[in-house]
Amino acid sequence: MIIAKNALPGLLDKLVAEYEVYAPVKQGTYSLYKQICNGAEADFGYVNSKIPPKGILFPQSEKLYSYSVTGEGTNLEECIDNRKKVVFGIRPCDVKGLLLMDNVFNNDKFQDPYYLTRRANTILVGMACNNPAGTCFCTSMGSGPFDQSGLDLMLADVGEAYVVEALSQKGKDLVAELALGAADSTQKDAAARAKEAAEVTCVVNTEGLKAKLDVNFYDSIWEKFHEKCLGCAACTYSCPTCHCFDIVDEAKDCNGCRVRNWDSCMFPLFTLHGSGHNPRTSGKERMRQRIMHKFKYFVDNFNAPACVGCGRCIKNCPVNLDVREILADIRGSEARSDK
Amino acid sequence: MQKLASAIQDVAKKLLEENKVDLVVGFAGGSLPLRSTPCFIRNSEEAAKLTWDYSCENNLANYLRKREGKVAVVAKGCDVRSIVALIGENQINRDNLYIIGIPCSGMVDRLKVDEAVEGKDLLAAEEKADALVLKCKGFEKEVKLDELMHDTCKVCRYGNPVVYDMIIGDAVPARPEDNFADVAAFEALSPADRKAALAAEFSKCIRCYACRNACPMCYCTECFVDCSSPEWVKKSTDVTDNIMFQAGRVFHSAGRCADCGACDRACPMGINLRGMTRKMVKEVKDLFGHETGVSLEEKPALSTFTADDPEPFLVKE
Repeated sequence: MIIAKNALPGLLDKLVAEYEVYAPVKQGTYSLYKQICNGAEADFGYVNSKIPPKGILFPQSEKLYSYSVTGEGTNLEECIDNRKKVVFGIRPCDVKGLLLMDNVFNNDKFQDPYYLTRRANTILVGMACNNPAGTCFCTSMGSGPFDQSGLDLMLADVGEAYVVEALSQKGKDLVAELALGAADSTQKDAAARAKEAAEVTCVVNTEGLKAKLDVNFYDSIWEKFHEKCLGCAACTYSCPTCHCFDIVDEAKDCNGCRVRNWDSCMFPLFTLHGSGHNPRTSGKERMRQRIMHKFKYFVDNFNAPACVGCGRCIKNCPVNLDVREILADIRGSEARSDK
Repeated sequence: MQKLASAIQDVAKKLLEENKVDLVVGFAGGSLPLRSTPCFIRNSEEAAKLTWDYSCENNLANYLRKREGKVAVVAKGCDVRSIVALIGENQINRDNLYIIGIPCSGMVDRLKVDEAVEGKDLLAAEEKADALVLKCKGFEKEVKLDELMHDTCKVCRYGNPVVYDMIIGDAVPARPEDNFADVAAFEALSPADRKAALAAEFSKCIRCYACRNACPMCYCTECFVDCSSPEWVKKSTDVTDNIMFQAGRVFHSAGRCADCGACDRACPMGINLRGMTRKMVKEVKDLFGHETGVSLEEKPALSTFTADDPEPFLVKE
């Protein structure tokens, strides 16, 4: 199928009438996925959005339920969001992030109704990356600029138009709903050429990394990474796979709600006990946790690292602390068993 | 710049070899174009990592509080002002600190670079006389350094460190008195417009606290935003609470903020934080004639008083 670029705003308008539509929107020099009211707001000239679209399914602040206490008793209202959504123009790396997060919110032990309801009601329309950034290393993390995994539709930019491929039943239904025309062979060839030309130059070698992390919890290597780290959440909040949260009650008199907020392992408060004791006493333990969780614990639990190679943590870090360098240092370190 | 970097390396090497210091805090080359990164040198062989260029944007005073042993720091003008303020607050022991002062004509603003290349991926940058050549895939663009300077640096009058043990590099020319035109423009707005302008900026805030953590003066053991009982500021992101967080931070930095712009540069979302911090810098200057960190003798504005202090907050009958 094919969508002419000049027809896209109109097509998005059609979608807006039926769905909550999220698309990359320019905010100053960067892009963010935002809910759009009309197709003209969307801007597809982006490489990667500043913050990943994970917040559409797992909002930074999310009301779980609200309550009120009256003379008659207690009222409880659960806030499950079952509105139909389309994420239009999501990058393959960000979809990979969602596939990884699925493991956390849907497994043998826990099923998170808030995330899963949104997930089930969301159509993912991907946008292949013709020009990956210099900080992109998706191909080292089991994905790629034209990776179709997890997508319902995939769009490939061929200049004046997007070649569309339907990849799931949801995707096929949407294509039928929009009555898209067929792509001709020249357009299909152009898409194939774009795929061929899309080059991810940055390679992060992770061979042997897990084996090192399995045995180096007490290694002195952890002494050096955190020294310049400010302990902010620019890396974790801009990570498509970071999913840690904190739950708080926000109440006034007899009315209130329970809210789930993004939290970050880089904050000292993250592990502070009510007693005042903090098991992660310094930046060293916090940095080790972040790296271990991504490249060891997540692999132990779900058989894949919790990193998609989007490069956001590298670009957003105020002190240019580069995860690629940390991984290279760990790989290059001598293997030793913890004592 | 290359000459400055090698002079810094030589000094660091000598200080470490002669056991005058145990640690040198400076900048090393970063992993991205136009980025450098704070680095910590403990033996003289590693001194070759040290560098100096237009991307040494972090305020290194942030790494000097409550340090054990003797420490040397590579400090530009604004870093030194924060160091002076921290000495005044007993966070740094002047006797244990060796200041390698670097006269600074300004640092490049990454946001302005992004604007110059229209948000495209910057692959390399090359210095060319008074300009930078910004290279992206398929095109390059030459931009005058002046146009890329951070706004903080454009109004900075203390590019030459005010306190130091040694200076590397030539003194930079003095800038005229800051007229706070940006603050005046904001003050001239109606209350409704001011509210709208603040809301527009702080709706971008993701509460990552990079601003707070990049600030050398934000060192409370427990920040008021992290306090849960009482909960001064909601933990969820909400424009009003985002503004309250920043306003609280600014009030707490009254007479302590050296207007270094580290918070503004650290913000991943590009929020204009200096709009707020500079309002307070101006207030303190107007009311008490005080500028933070320009003299070791002067006490912080809010830690002292004189009989002449203005008292505009008193309601006169």
